[in-house]
Amino acid sequence: MGISHRISRREFFGASAAAATALTFPLPAFAQAAARVVVIGGGFGGASCARALKQIDPKLQVTLVEPNKTFTACPFSNNVIAGLRSIEQQQFGYDKIAAGGATVVAQAATGVDGAARTVTLADGTSLGYDRLVLSPGVDLRYDALQGYDEAAASKMPHAWKAGEQTLLLRKQLEAMEDGGLVVISAPANPFRCPPGPYERACLIAHYLKTKKPRSKLIILDAKDTFSKQRLFQNAWKEFYPGMVEWVSLSQGGKVNAVDPATNTLITDFGNHTAQVANVIPPQRAGRIATSAGATDNTGWCAIDPVTFESKSAPNIHVIGDACLAGAMPKSAFSANAQAKVCAAAIATLLSGGTPASPKLINTCYSLAAPGYGISVAGVYQPKNGVLADVEGAGGVSPADVPREFRAREADYAQSWFTTITAEVFG
Amino acid sequence: MKALCVATAVTMAMAWSTPLLAASEPPPGVASCSGCHSSNAAAGSPVTRLYGRDANEIVTAMTGFRDGSIPATVMNRIAKGFSDDEVRAIAAWLAAQK
Ligand SMILES: Cc1cc2nc3c(=O)[nH]c(=O)nc-3n(C[C@H](O)[C@H](O)[C@H](O)COP(=O)(O)OP(=O)(O)OC[C@H]3O[C@@H](n4cnc5c(N)ncnc54)[C@H](O)[C@@H]3O)c2cc1C
Ligand code: HEC
Repeated sequence: MGISHRISRREFFGASAAAATALTFPLPAFAQAAARVVVIGGGFGGASCARALKQIDPKLQVTLVEPNKTFTACPFSNNVIAGLRSIEQQQFGYDKIAAGGATVVAQAATGVDGAARTVTLADGTSLGYDRLVLSPGVDLRYDALQGYDEAAASKMPHAWKAGEQTLLLRKQLEAMEDGGLVVISAPANPFRCPPGPYERACLIAHYLKTKKPRSKLIILDAKDTFSKQRLFQNAWKEFYPGMVEWVSLSQGGKVNAVDPATNTLITDFGNHTAQVANVIPPQRAGRIATSAGATDNTGWCAIDPVTFESKSAPNIHVIGDACLAGAMPKSAFSANAQAKVCAAAIATLLSGGTPASPKLINTCYSLAAPGYGISVAGVYQPKNGVLADVEGAGGVSPADVPREFRAREADYAQSWFTTITAEVFG
Repeated sequence: MKALCVATAVTMAMAWSTPLLAASEPPPGVASCSGCHSSNAAAGSPVTRLYGRDANEIVTAMTGFRDGSIPATVMNRIAKGFSDDEVRAIAAWLAAQK
C-alpha cells in the first residue's frame, strides 16, 4: 500500500490521528475481523435477535447476555395460575442458541458505556461492541403505588414476570377458601401484554367456578377501556355470570396504594380487602436501558421504526417491551417480530447498506376459557417516525361466531406458542 | 486508544470490502409469518409450513383471505395489511426457501 494511497484516504476521512494510525495497518487483516454485536436479555426479543443475527450473517460475533440459565415464558403462564398447565411447560434453555454460534454469557449486564461502546457485566468484566441490542423487558415500578414494594410483592404477587411469582399466586388461590375474594389490579397503558390481566381474570374465574364456586373476582382498573374488551365481557357473562366484576377508572377502579399487612387495595372510592390480591403495578423499561441512556422521561425507549436504533443512544437498538413501538403492543409476538427486523437492519448497517422500510405483524391470543380462544391482530409500518397501524388491517376476532371458531382459535393459540418458542429457543 | 483505532479501521474496512446484502433479502413483512407458520419442516403444526410452497398458491390464498372469499380465523385480518406487490414478493421469497 503506497504512501500516496494512504494520504488520499487520510484526507478523505479528515486527518485525525486515529484514522491515520489505523489505516497504516494492512487492510486484509481487518477484513477478517467480524463485527461484534452484543445482545442484552435472553427473552423473546433478545434470544430471537441473537439467533437471527447468526442466521443472517454467520460471520458476525454475537454475544447474548442473560443471567438466567432457564427462561420462564409469560405467555400461557395464566394457565399455570389456573392449574391448567405446569410451569415446566413454560421453561426453555439456551443450548440451541449457543449451538447456533452465539456466545451465551450467563451474567447480568450492569452498565453500558455508549461512548466507549462497552457493556459491563456483574463480575466486573466488559464486552466491546460495534452494535448493541437491548431487550431487557420491563421493570416493575415499586415507586408507583404507595406501599407496593418488592417485599409487598411476596404477599400480593404481581405474577407479571413468570416463575416464582406465578407459582406464588397459584398457591394462594389453592389455599383460599371457597367464598373468598380475589382482586386483580390492572395498570394504565402502556404495559406488558395489554390483554393479559383480563385473560388472567377469565382463567382464575374458571378455576374458581370449578373448585370454589362461591368466590368472587374483582378487577380494579386504572383504565376505562381495554384490549378485546367486548369479547372478554361477553365471555364473563357467558361463563362466569355473577362471579367477575370489572371496575373501570371512572367507577373508581384506580388503585393508589396497598396495605400488604391486611391485603387491602386502596382507591379514591374505597378499600377492597382481598383473600388473594394480584397487584399488576405500572412498569418501565428494564433498568439497563437507562444506564445506556436509551430511556426518555416516560421510562421507555424511543426508537427509529426502521432500525429500532435508540433515538438518544447511537449504535444501541432497543426491541421488545422496553421500546416505544408506536401502535405495536408489548407482546412476545411483537418482541420476536421486532427482533428479526432489527437483526436484518443491523446486518445491513454493518455492511454499509441502508435498511429498507419494514412491515411487522402482531397477534395476541387469549383464552377466555379452556378451548375458547380470542385474538387481536395488527400489521404495522413506519409512518411519520413511528410504527403505525396499516389501515384496514388487523382487529379483533368477530363477536358472533359459532363455538367451533373459538375452539379453533384456542388450538391456534397453543400452536403459536409451540411455534414461536421453537423458533426462539428450540 | 488502540482499541478505538482498531474499531474505526474495522468499520471502514467492512464498509469497503463487504458487498451489500444480496437481492434475496427477505421482503418486508415475511419475517413475521414464521411466528405462526413454522419454518421447521418437522414441526407438525395445524398452521401449515410456507417454506418451499408454490408461490401462486400463496398468492391465491392471500388474495382470497383479503377479499373474504376464503374463510379464516386470523389470516383475513393479516392479509388486508399487504398490497398485491408485497404479497407477490413474499410468496416468491417463501417459495424459494427450503
Ligand atoms: C401473564 C402474561 C401473559 C402474556 N401472554 C402473552 C401472549 O399470550 N402472547 C404474547 O405475545 N405475549 C404475552 N405476554 C407478553 C410477553 O411475555 C412479553 O411481551 C415478552 O416477554 C417481551 O419480550 P422481551 O424480550 O421484551 O422481554 P422478556 O421476554 O421479559 O425478556 C427479558 C430478558 O432480559 C433479561 N434481562 C433483564 N435485564 C438484564 C440485564 N441487565 N442483563 C442481562 N439480562 C437482562 C431478563 O432476565 C429476561 O430474560 C404475556 C405477559 C404476561 C405477564
Ligand atoms: C397469528 C398467526 C399467523 C401469522 C402471523 C400468519 N399466519 Fe398465515 N395462517 C394462520 C392461520 C391460523 C391460518 C389458517 C387460516 C385461518 O384460520 O386464518 C393461516 C393460513 C395461511 C395460508 C394458507 C395456508 C394453506 O395451507 O392453505 C397462507 C398462504 C398464509 N397463512 C400465509 C401467511 C403469510 C404470508 C404470513 C405473513 C405475512 C402469515 N400467513 C402470517 C396464522 C398466521
